[in-house]
This record gives sequence, C-alpha cells and structure tokens, in this order.
Amino acid sequence: MKHVKKECVAMILAGGQGSRLYALTQDMAKPAVPYGGKYRLIDFPLSNCVNSGIDTVGVLTQYLPLVLNEYIGNGNPWGLNRVHGGVHVLAPYESSGGSKSWYAGTANAIYQNMNFVDRYNPEYVAILAGDHIYKMDYSKMLDYHKKQNADVTIAVLEVPWEEASRFGIMSVDENGIITEFAEKPAEPKSNLASMGVYIYSWKKLKKYLIANEKDETAKKDFGGNIIPDMLKDGCKMVAYNFESYWKDVGTIDSLWDANMDLLNPRIPLDLYDSNWRIFSRNDIMPPHYCGENCTIENSMITEGCNIDGLVGFSILFAGVTVEKGAEVRDSIIMPGAYIKKGAVVQYAIVGEDTVIGENVIIGERPEKIENISEENWGVAVIGHRVEIKDNTVIKPKEMIDTNM
Amino acid sequence: MANLTSVAGIIFANMHDLTINDLTKVRTMGSVPFGARYRLIDFPLSNMVNSGISSVGVITKSNYQSLLDHLGAGDSWDLSRKAGRLRLLPPYGNIANTYTQGGLYRGRLEALANVIRFIENTSADYIVMNDCNVIVNIDFKKVLEFHAEKGADITVVYGCGNYNTDELRPKTILNINEEGLVYDVLLRAQASYANPNADDAANDETRVPVNSSMNMFVMSKAFLLDIVKESSSRSLYSFDIDIMQRRCNELKIFGYKYEGYYSQIDSMSTYIKSNMELMDINKRMAIFNQNRPIYTKVRDEAPAKYGLQACVTNSLIADGCIIEGIVENCVLFRGVKVGKNSVVKNSIIMQDSVINEKCEMDYVVADKDIKGGSYRTIMGTVDYPVFVGKGETV
Repeated sequence: MKHVKKECVAMILAGGQGSRLYALTQDMAKPAVPYGGKYRLIDFPLSNCVNSGIDTVGVLTQYLPLVLNEYIGNGNPWGLNRVHGGVHVLAPYESSGGSKSWYAGTANAIYQNMNFVDRYNPEYVAILAGDHIYKMDYSKMLDYHKKQNADVTIAVLEVPWEEASRFGIMSVDENGIITEFAEKPAEPKSNLASMGVYIYSWKKLKKYLIANEKDETAKKDFGGNIIPDMLKDGCKMVAYNFESYWKDVGTIDSLWDANMDLLNPRIPLDLYDSNWRIFSRNDIMPPHYCGENCTIENSMITEGCNIDGLVGFSILFAGVTVEKGAEVRDSIIMPGAYIKKGAVVQYAIVGEDTVIGENVIIGERPEKIENISEENWGVAVIGHRVEIKDNTVIKPKEMIDTNM
Repeated sequence: MANLTSVAGIIFANMHDLTINDLTKVRTMGSVPFGARYRLIDFPLSNMVNSGISSVGVITKSNYQSLLDHLGAGDSWDLSRKAGRLRLLPPYGNIANTYTQGGLYRGRLEALANVIRFIENTSADYIVMNDCNVIVNIDFKKVLEFHAEKGADITVVYGCGNYNTDELRPKTILNINEEGLVYDVLLRAQASYANPNADDAANDETRVPVNSSMNMFVMSKAFLLDIVKESSSRSLYSFDIDIMQRRCNELKIFGYKYEGYYSQIDSMSTYIKSNMELMDINKRMAIFNQNRPIYTKVRDEAPAKYGLQACVTNSLIADGCIIEGIVENCVLFRGVKVGKNSVVKNSIIMQDSVINEKCEMDYVVADKDIKGGSYRTIMGTVDYPVFVGKGETV
C-alpha cells in the first residue's frame, strides 16, 4: 500500500494500568476510564490531535485493551477514519527473531513501532500520554519546535513548588533551553513540570531509540533514558510553556477532583467551546428527563438519564437513573448506574452499571467527621457492575468491587 | 416471509410540510426538530434500519438543505455501507418521464415516477414507503410478514383514535372490514361521515372513533412499478386519491393495525402534543426502545450543565444546554441556554437558542438560534402558543 507522507505523526501511550485507581481499572486500561459525563480520558489527546490537524495517530495499548480497542474502533467519532493515516491501535506483538515482545517501557513501546511511524515518513513525532486531561493546540507547539530548530520540544507547566517533587522537573535558561532534567526530585530546582507531551524530530528520536534498545541496562523509558541521554549529548531541547488546565488523574482523589473541576467556573477547562470540541463515542440514547420531584444543582447530566431525586454538585454519565427520594451529592456516577429510592450517595464514585439499593448510604460529608484525617475520610468507590443490597452502609474511603 | 435483504425503503421528506407551515418555512418536514435532539426523519430512518432495511431512498422536493446537512452520507444511521445505503433523491433527477419533467412533483405517484430508476435498480423485492410525520418505534418485519401472509397488493399501517372534524382534516381515514381489507378511504373527512358506525348526530365538535392511516405502505417492487408507470401514462399523481381511494375495491389493500404508542404530527398543536407526550415514561420507553434505538446525527456536545440556581422539573433536556434559571414542562434542544432568574414553562426551545437573564416564557415554541435578550416576556396560552421563527431576535 502506498503511504502518503505526513509532517507529524502522533503516538499516544495508552498501555497504563492506572493501578492506583483500583476498582475502576480492574477491567479497563486507565485511558479508558470514564470522565466528565460522556468522555473517556483518551478523548482528550485524540481530540487535541484532530483539532491540531494531526490525522495520523498510533495508540499503544498493552494492559486490558478490550474496552479501549472497542472504544476507538475505526476512529469515526474523532474523524480519524481516514483514507490516508487515521487512528491505529498498536498492540505488542511477536516477531520471528524474538526481538519483539511486551512493551518494556515508554521508549521501548515506540521503538517496537518504528515501522508504523516510518510508513508515513514524518519529519516530527508527537509523543503523548493517553490519560491526561487538557486542551492543547499541538500545531502551535510544532511551530515553536520548528522555529527553535529543536531536536525535542517538551511541554511544561508551572506547578506549585510544594508539588514539584511529584513531577519530572525541567530547569531552563533564559532562552527556554532545557539545561537540566530531574525525575521526581526530592529537592526540585525548578517548578516547571513536564506534561508528558513531546515533539521530537523523528530522525533524531529514532537514533536514540535504537541506541537505548542496545543498552541492556537501560530502563527503556523516556524520562529514565531518552531525555537524560539527549541532554548529556547536548541535543537542542526546548521547553514549551503551557498555561491552561492540565491534569494527570493518577489516583481516586485526583479523578474525583478533575471531575469536580468541570463544575467550578473558575477552572479554565471549557467543554462547551465549539471551536475546540472534545469528541467521544457514545451510546445512542434519548435526551435526559427531569421528573416532577427532581432537584438539580450545579451538576452535569447527559443523555439517557432519568432523574426524579436530588442531584447536587455531581457528574452523571449516560443512562443513570436517580429515583424519587434518592440523593446524590458531590459524586460521580458512571454510565448505566441505578440509584434506588431513599439511597444517599455522597463523596463517592459509582462505577458503570452498578445498582445502589434502596436506603443505601454511601460515603459521608467531610464536615460531619470528627478529627478528620486521611485515614478516616476519603472518596468512597463502588466498582463497575456491582450490586449493593438495600439498607447497606458504606463508609467513606471504602473501595467495593463485589456485590454486597 | 419476505427475505429482509430484499426490502428497500423510500421516505418522503416533504409530505405534510403545509400542516406545520411555521416550522417548514425553512426546512422539510423530515428535518423538523423533535424531542430535544432529533429530526422527524430520524424515526422512519431508524425504524427501517432496525428492521434490517439497509437500502433507503429519501425523496425531497424543496427546502432540503437542512435535510442534506442532517443526513450526510448516512453514517449516523449505519447507512453508509457497501451493500445498500442511503440515497438522496432530490427533484430534477429524471426529466424524461413525467409531466413535471422530473421537477416539483404534485403528488406521491409523480414523486415516485421521478425516482423510478432508484426503484428499478434496487435488488429488493419489496418496498416500504414512509412519511416523516409519525413518531413511532415500529418493526417493519411484522408488517412485511403480514403483507406476505395476506397476499396483499398494498398494506397500509393504521392506528385507532377519536377525532373531530378539525383534527380529521389532515388525516387519511380507512374503513376496514373484519378480514382487514380496506373498503373505503376518506380524505378531509367530516366527523359525521368518517365512520359508517358513527353516530348520525355527530357534529363537527364530536370526536368519532376512526382508523387513521400512519402513511406507511408495503408493496412489492413489481406492483409499485406497475402502478407508478400506469399512473404516469394517465397523468395521475395522487396516491391517496387515484390509488387508495379510487381503486380500493379493486385492489387488495390490507390494513395493518399498529397497537403500540405512536403520535402523528399534522398541525402545530399535534406537534406540541407529540413533544410533550414524551414526558410520560411509558410513552418515552415505547419510542426510545433500547433494542431498537432512534439514531440521529451526533453533535459532540458536552453534557447539560445545571447552575447553582437552576430548577428544572418535568422536562426533557438535551446535551450542550446550560441552565441557570427555572424550567418547567419544557423540551430543550441541544445547546440551549437559559440565563439566571429566567422562567421558561410549557415551551419547546430548539437548538442553540439563547434566553438571557430575567426572561419569562410560557407556551412558546422557539425555532433554532433565537436570540433572546434579557428582561423579555413572551406569554402564549395552551390554545395559542407563541411561535418565534428561526434566528429571530426577541
């Protein structure tokens, strides 16, 4: 097949397990985790690519890929079903010499798919994480990369100093050239954090990927090897400042926070901007219905929901039912969940197709807990497809993944 | 029974346009917005797709830009396929054969003559014809089985209801014997004549029980081609008058009784009623059957957002709405905004219309893209709803 040359190909790393999301990633990879009422995390990098004019995207999967594969499908919801290019799910594979196998790290994953990138003979490759929430125009970053004539451009974000040791931290000079890189430093020298968004000049990256692969002691990872190696060799590495909303949802708390951010008018993540839509694949459902007894306050609700109870400061996904007399506050209710009458759900995440029985109480408001600490309070989580019997009480911070 | 791979569909997108003039000034009947996120053509199209019909022709006449925009290549209905697909059939497609030279047809038969090549070229043995003014979730497989079983020339789907003279006017009334054979067809019927068993004392206000056509027909391709060609030769153009009415005792026209919930739009008041009936959970479930979903064009809107002072009851709300005011007994389409301290009741507000702060609306039908200022009051009544045209500034 003849491949048309592409200027820039995007590779999305989507193999992550998201082990700290526990019950929510038991049957799907982290990029497939539902977010914001009708999205999954991977919608953000995919939509950013399309909106930035990148039409050739490889999605590298490894951990529990079924949900993600099915979700991406032929890429139609993102306009990535293309004659040339489009979205391709790239799973690990075996090869005759035994040189290929499971992805050993982020760099190794790209290394094993160099043949995919080479088909399009691109000048540049964007390496993106599949599980970050942000709206970003990669074409502006690419322009900057070209203008700087850089070998790699790394998107960076100013983070509060006290959080800097959780990130990969870049030190830059007055021209924005990266002088130092430290992965999760105990004593950070800068508060510019890498967002996990890289644009590489493909020829250069390829050289380093091959060299890294030959080094048996290497970690086969971008943060661990490729970036430090390039820095050591004096490659031109520039930082690209990003000054809007960006979130990595590694934990239950950050997932809950990221959802609640959508209800906060001061947070600059506008999903209603028709010039930068976030696309998603959705079930075919009718509009949602608010019943006679319904009260909804500061919430997001989507298609297929039937609400006859109280919903406050919450995000409801498609096809959720809240019966009369049920209360849902400060919670995230994933697709198809059913909250029966009299149930109270607060500070909780309820998984897909889970049924919450009558008069069940889940979670607690933090202000009602005496001597609140990380031990006795947190967001309660009910996993996917779980049934909670009538009158059950589930404490804050509990994690339920079987029927109760 | 009929092999379903051998059934094609034909949808008439412009029929009944005149019954809701206000809404069809800028569009076809098929592209009239309905039910917070749909267009009327979504119902016949989805019914056909869900009944296994994958080759569908859509006949248009005028005002069809919004329809073309809505349908695209048919992807949203899974009709962009190799075998069978969506075919748009605008006028002037076949100027050789008909009195109007393929142009603006005068009736259903002439419309079919204009698209005779579509009918001839389809590999289907049966044709299902459907208009866009009935909201229903129907399985055409059952109608096709009935058609084959009865050996009918034409099968017409009908429902039962009670109507007065005003309500009867836009309907086609069928009188049917015990075997299901249609023996009399009435157009613009008067209440006292609508039904042979009707009370002689019935006046125009009396609601009489009748069988009313749902404008869905099943015929074999051969039969359809035959009547279309013959009618064309004799300059006949009205299917209702020249075939159904005049030849109902000569042809085997069978009525298939549809027992489930449906609503028929043939006036502004039935348009409003059909929308509002979706608030009833049983009716809503009957239409939006999860196993036979109603498909529509995807708009990629974010979920609806409710503000701190929002208060919404008994309403259907689509994605992309931002609601900060009070909404009661309303249907809000995708992307509608209701500002703070505004009160909207008993209204249908279409796509992307904006109602700013401190407005009051009662019994309003607002077409898409209306730009409402702040401090505006529009009050209709249940009998006289106010209509605000597309893109108008209030």
